[in-house]
Amino acid sequence: MTLAEYRRRGGVEAPRGEEQGAEAAHAERHPGPLEYAQIGLILALITGVEVAIYYLGLAHTLLVIALLVLSATKFSMVVLWFMHLKFDNRLFSTMFILGFILALSVFTVALATVGGKLV
Amino acid sequence: MAQAVGTAHLETSTGLDNRKLLMWLFLGSECLFFGSLIAAYLLYRDRSVAGPYPSDLFDIPFTSVSAFVLLMSSVSMVLALAAIQRGNVRGMQIWLFTTATLGLLFLSGQAFEFTEFNHEGLSLSTNLFGTTFFVLTGFHGAHVTIGVLILLSLFTVSLQGRIQQKDSLNVELAGLYWHFVDIVWIVIFTLVYLIQP
Amino acid sequence: MATEWPQTRRTGLADALRGAREMADQHYGIWSWIAPVDHKRIGVMYGVTAFIFFLAGGIEALLLRTQLIVPNAGVLNHDQYNRILTMHGTTMVFLVIMPLSAAFFNLMTPLMIGARDVAFPRLNAFSYWVFLAGGIFLNASFFTKDIFSGELGAPDCGWTCYSTLSSKAFSPGHGVDFWALGVQILGIASLASGFNFIVTILNMRAPGMTLFRMPLFVWMTLVTSFLIIFAMPVIAVALFELIFDRLFNANFFNPDKGGNPLLWQHMFWLFGHPEVYILILPAMGIVSEILPTFSRKPLFGYPFVVFSGIAIGFMSWGVWVHHMYTTGLGTVANSAFGISTILIGVPTGVKVLNWMATMWGGSLSLKAPMMFAVGFVAMFTIGGLSGVTHSVVPSDYQQQDTYYVVAHFHYVLFGGAIFALFAGFYYWLPKFTGKLLDDRLGQIHFWLMLIGFNLTFFPMHISGLLGMPRRISTYSEGQGWDIWNMLSTIGAFTIATSILIFMINVIYSLRRGEAAGYDPWDGRTLEWTIPSPPPHYNFEKIPVVHARDPFWHEKYTEDEQGRPIPVVAGAANGHPDEAHEEHGGGHGIHMPSPSYFPLIAALGFPIMATGLIYDYALVAVGAAVLFVGIYGWALEPATEGEEA
Repeated sequence: MTLAEYRRRGGVEAPRGEEQGAEAAHAERHPGPLEYAQIGLILALITGVEVAIYYLGLAHTLLVIALLVLSATKFSMVVLWFMHLKFDNRLFSTMFILGFILALSVFTVALATVGGKLV
Repeated sequence: MAQAVGTAHLETSTGLDNRKLLMWLFLGSECLFFGSLIAAYLLYRDRSVAGPYPSDLFDIPFTSVSAFVLLMSSVSMVLALAAIQRGNVRGMQIWLFTTATLGLLFLSGQAFEFTEFNHEGLSLSTNLFGTTFFVLTGFHGAHVTIGVLILLSLFTVSLQGRIQQKDSLNVELAGLYWHFVDIVWIVIFTLVYLIQP
Repeated sequence: MATEWPQTRRTGLADALRGAREMADQHYGIWSWIAPVDHKRIGVMYGVTAFIFFLAGGIEALLLRTQLIVPNAGVLNHDQYNRILTMHGTTMVFLVIMPLSAAFFNLMTPLMIGARDVAFPRLNAFSYWVFLAGGIFLNASFFTKDIFSGELGAPDCGWTCYSTLSSKAFSPGHGVDFWALGVQILGIASLASGFNFIVTILNMRAPGMTLFRMPLFVWMTLVTSFLIIFAMPVIAVALFELIFDRLFNANFFNPDKGGNPLLWQHMFWLFGHPEVYILILPAMGIVSEILPTFSRKPLFGYPFVVFSGIAIGFMSWGVWVHHMYTTGLGTVANSAFGISTILIGVPTGVKVLNWMATMWGGSLSLKAPMMFAVGFVAMFTIGGLSGVTHSVVPSDYQQQDTYYVVAHFHYVLFGGAIFALFAGFYYWLPKFTGKLLDDRLGQIHFWLMLIGFNLTFFPMHISGLLGMPRRISTYSEGQGWDIWNMLSTIGAFTIATSILIFMINVIYSLRRGEAAGYDPWDGRTLEWTIPSPPPHYNFEKIPVVHARDPFWHEKYTEDEQGRPIPVVAGAANGHPDEAHEEHGGGHGIHMPSPSYFPLIAALGFPIMATGLIYDYALVAVGAAVLFVGIYGWALEPATEGEEA
């Protein structure tokens, strides 16, 4: 008996976020070149805005918040679309987010403890 | 009942490919690596006892172009993947080559920046800024270099016709690595260059 | 299978290479040790290598204890003492407990989840070779000074290598360079195996082996591997910072330029505390397998044990400051981390209670593996309790850097990890040698080790509370420490004797030990369904799992009171692999081909590290070797006859 047959009988837990035949379905949901190019354009625009904000001479706090939000947007867009986490199995996201959140929280606490500032 | 071990065509318990899972775990682990480097930079950013300081050296327009180049290399990378997933080997080759070229462009920008800073008196041992800046961006540059090597290897192998639609996972894995290196730069660009104390 | 090796003459390099590959493929001759991919073979190599390092670290410990037997003894001078002390700690953590755990990961994980090998067999070989290279590199530091006139070149900064003890000013010579680069290389090995085992456990399970049917040892392997892949990068960066400071005059830990030496302590313990659980969780896994088998009861509260293991994994990231209470971080930080440290005792306590409840009311069979497992529970509990006393900040102020701390971590790492690893040896070694270890010698080994261990480390609680600082190379009379040190030294030699008995036992059993058979302990998990030693493909037919403790349920059913009743022989499915010898021994099962590229790639690291210290040209050579290894690896097919 192959794994596939066994699974069809419902003997093995179905991988989370992936139903029968989802493999084929989500391949179709992958965006095409046009959509990628559009996202690239948005990313470029955001970078332009970031640099513009830098020269705008905003108050420091406001500048920091604006830049962090914009960079987080870029970060998420690349991860979600270019790295396909939006369309892929949730286990992949879990692995990455585990590392990311761990790094973020541990180093925030560490910097606070040593007396450094995050931004 | 013949089953090979550790190869892509074997069906796995989760239905996910071994190598792709490995790559995501690796990227999760890399978050801690770059997290440590960035934390060290942030801790020391305003503690240099002597100059030159970041504000004396940073050339924001130049670095913005660099950041833009690396960002666009991510676009061409994903286009290479989209091409091979549709069986378009030629398209993949073109986009892979473009990505590698953009990566090299970024690296030469970094080489130029490092030399410039050096001329203006900043070395690894000058002050805390020099130490943390060169180590952080240096490790990022090393990652980009490895990425370029991977891309060029893929390109060479594909010229021998050894990457077809069924092998698109190879391109996808290289892409995941490349995009990760790109998002690290997105973070560095903001935290190191744009937000200064 | 060795008989099938063709005797024809071969000519030419290509033929010779192909011949070597085939030889290794047949698990025959020297090539099968140079180009191994079989997880069992690699596991044995890990185990043997780590045991040799264990002997080295043990001899170092005996030297230290001999120096401390009486006040002002003249066995070692201060410098030698510091260097041997550093190597003892580093060896035991990175070259003994971690690789011994890795040996069990390798040997057991695929068998327990019903797989034929790990997910990435060649990456697995790479891990081993990098580990070996790192271990040799680290120990090579001894010879960087004139060792024959008593000058040791080993690092002298303690296993924690605190800054600024590790700076060029306070540690000239190359000892610390070897330490930093050596631990860096070992980190690469751990990372590679961490990735490999996560993918293996998630992806290579037999049909029906759901996550919550996995044996506890596999669960602990999974949690440990996650800790490894997230903690190792942190120490990697810390080590890079140290290397840059020492070799390229960077300023990370240089107070003259505003650098903060405390950064090292934060980075080290950010890694170091998860590391503590990297050392102890596999031991907990081993014990969670042995206690049910020898109590003839399922593990009590399986989900609680699993979830407390996961909880420990998460919480281990939030307690690192308890190593640094005395560094002046302030009341808020100390209180917060004091609370989190007390909290991490909760899941640990849950585990201890579950182990005891597993034994409660079971029909206990006190064979050697069980004795060591019970010894683990008792000794680890003592170590855990002294750990809780450290979490209380004012109390810790008193104990910081005294022998009380030394007593604590030896109770968890020796009384804990090493006891459990020996339990694992007695339990699982017969599976791979095919021969049972002698139980009488095992009992002697156990009692001698238990007595020696307590004789060594219990007095350290007292000498510590009497104010004896750790890491001092000698002490003067009249401080009330003499008798306790004398006892500790006598205990250390008692432990050494017990290890000698273990080695005699292993050699004796290999020669004329009783045959182990499939299932010497009436086991519960899949590894006991196959022959001892297992064939290289492990399972002739991949098993289908219907329950937790699958093999037990195949052998026993329950009466109304829940007591086990043997299934009548021949009923149910019978012994899955009983008839397997007649089946023709697994022809047609494609196993991954051997490869020597992991070895070549691994060689690159020590060459590069040596180059960083002595001559940059060597760095290029090392990098070239690494690239040859990686490219060869990437381009060769994983299985013979398959396109890359």
